[in-house]
Amino acid sequence: MELGRRAFRKRQGARSVAISAVSTVVFAVVVWITVVNTPGWARVQQSFFDPETFVAAWPRVAEGFVLNLRVLFFAAIGVLVVSLLLAFLRTLRGPVFFPVRALVAGYTDLFRGTPLIIVLYLVGFGIPGLRLTDGRIPVEVLGTLALVLTYSAYVSEVWRAGIEAVHPSQTLAARSLGLSHGTTMRLVVLPQALRKVTPALMNDFVAMQKDVGLISVLGAVDAVRAAQIETAQAYNFTPYVLAGLLFVLLALPMIRLTDWYTARLRSREQIGAIL
Amino acid sequence: MTLQTRETVLRLDNVHKSFGDTEVLRGIDLEVHAHDVVALIGASGSGKSTLLRTINLLECVDDGQIWLRGDDISAPQVKADAVRLRIGIVFQQFNLFPHLSVLDNVTISTRHVQRTRRSVAEARGLELLDRVGLADKAREFPDRLSGGQQQRVAIARAIATDPELLLLDEITSALDPQLVAEVLDLVRRLKSDGTTIVMATHEMAFARDVADHVVFLDNGVIGEQGPPAEIFTAPRTERAREFLDRFLG
Repeated sequence: MELGRRAFRKRQGARSVAISAVSTVVFAVVVWITVVNTPGWARVQQSFFDPETFVAAWPRVAEGFVLNLRVLFFAAIGVLVVSLLLAFLRTLRGPVFFPVRALVAGYTDLFRGTPLIIVLYLVGFGIPGLRLTDGRIPVEVLGTLALVLTYSAYVSEVWRAGIEAVHPSQTLAARSLGLSHGTTMRLVVLPQALRKVTPALMNDFVAMQKDVGLISVLGAVDAVRAAQIETAQAYNFTPYVLAGLLFVLLALPMIRLTDWYTARLRSREQIGAIL
Repeated sequence: MTLQTRETVLRLDNVHKSFGDTEVLRGIDLEVHAHDVVALIGASGSGKSTLLRTINLLECVDDGQIWLRGDDISAPQVKADAVRLRIGIVFQQFNLFPHLSVLDNVTISTRHVQRTRRSVAEARGLELLDRVGLADKAREFPDRLSGGQQQRVAIARAIATDPELLLLDEITSALDPQLVAEVLDLVRRLKSDGTTIVMATHEMAFARDVADHVVFLDNGVIGEQGPPAEIFTAPRTERAREFLDRFLG
């Protein structure tokens, strides 16, 4: 039963990737032809795809992008830890843990409902207002915190879905062997849940890669902010395209990695290939 | 017969269990002696599986007591995880962990609950796998094994901690007919090694051959119990006779 389900899910995944790839190519060609033939194309090409501005903007935008990478690195670790903790807390049973479960549920409702940009403003301008520290808290730290707060709420729900997708008989079998709740989670449920939700996790990770650019609203000079500055100086939008390109390049390896990982799992756990 | 003088491994006193408004076990009294094989028979829904799960504390009792060698394991202050190391259970659907190799499945309780050193646990795991005839499959993943092989791994996993009692919950019901024999042969060998077993089963011929004691569960109570020769040839109650007629034809 479990095997069949998994096979079905994987087939669905492969099919949707194929469909989206084909439709993307067709769509891109159509758009390209349409755009190139528009009356204003020459102007747009000049102000968005200007090689000279591109080269000139490179140092500053690239430097800003390094900040994005740093924020992304710490935010990803933070999200992973916090979201797993939240998901684990929600699996605890019994009346003793009711307040914990209720708090976690409230947290995920609140932060999934609040737009990231508002969380950024609240954290970015609210926390320094508390005057917890003598010095200034760097905006990139506050931005990372806001990202962790928001994305942990999403990712913990992904984990929870994965945990619930592992058949209860697995937990039953593990507990019957004397494994504690925590050990069962760590050795039996989470590894299986991870396999089920890897694509969803990667998806959220890619989404976060982009949203790292939003920390620019706090004044951090990241790739987006740097592009904004360059644009203002050159009266040309090409720096934005450059920044966008960098974000796309960042996302690509992640997507490749996901494909490789799911393929490896497939070959190890299943007899025969999936067409 | 020296049944009375043998050590009692498991004793149930008036065990009750309800799910919502449905009372599944309605006062079960049962004694299981060391090295005996007790077969639980009865129609689907008569409470066989629930009884086994209750014994392994996967369900908690609503009333009554369960004694494992003089310890009241149904007491609320008892550490269920520790009790479960002393009682092995094998399920109808095997429930092997698909992301772990066969050897890791078998050694999970010794390594991660008893904290045995990996090398020691694995040597012992290989020994167990050898006993169930699957030493060559140690590095395989469960999905690559047949149903009968998977169930034998599940049995090896259940006895990895040398439990005092082994519970088998209709372990051949999910198997193709030609795979049933290899699993039942293994149960027969466990019996000859002296393992104490309580098994819920629909394999009447096997129960008649191998069981020392047969318990007929009927609607959450013990309808009748006794040595297989009596139960299968001359059931005293009408309900048991009806049930056996349907099964034995």
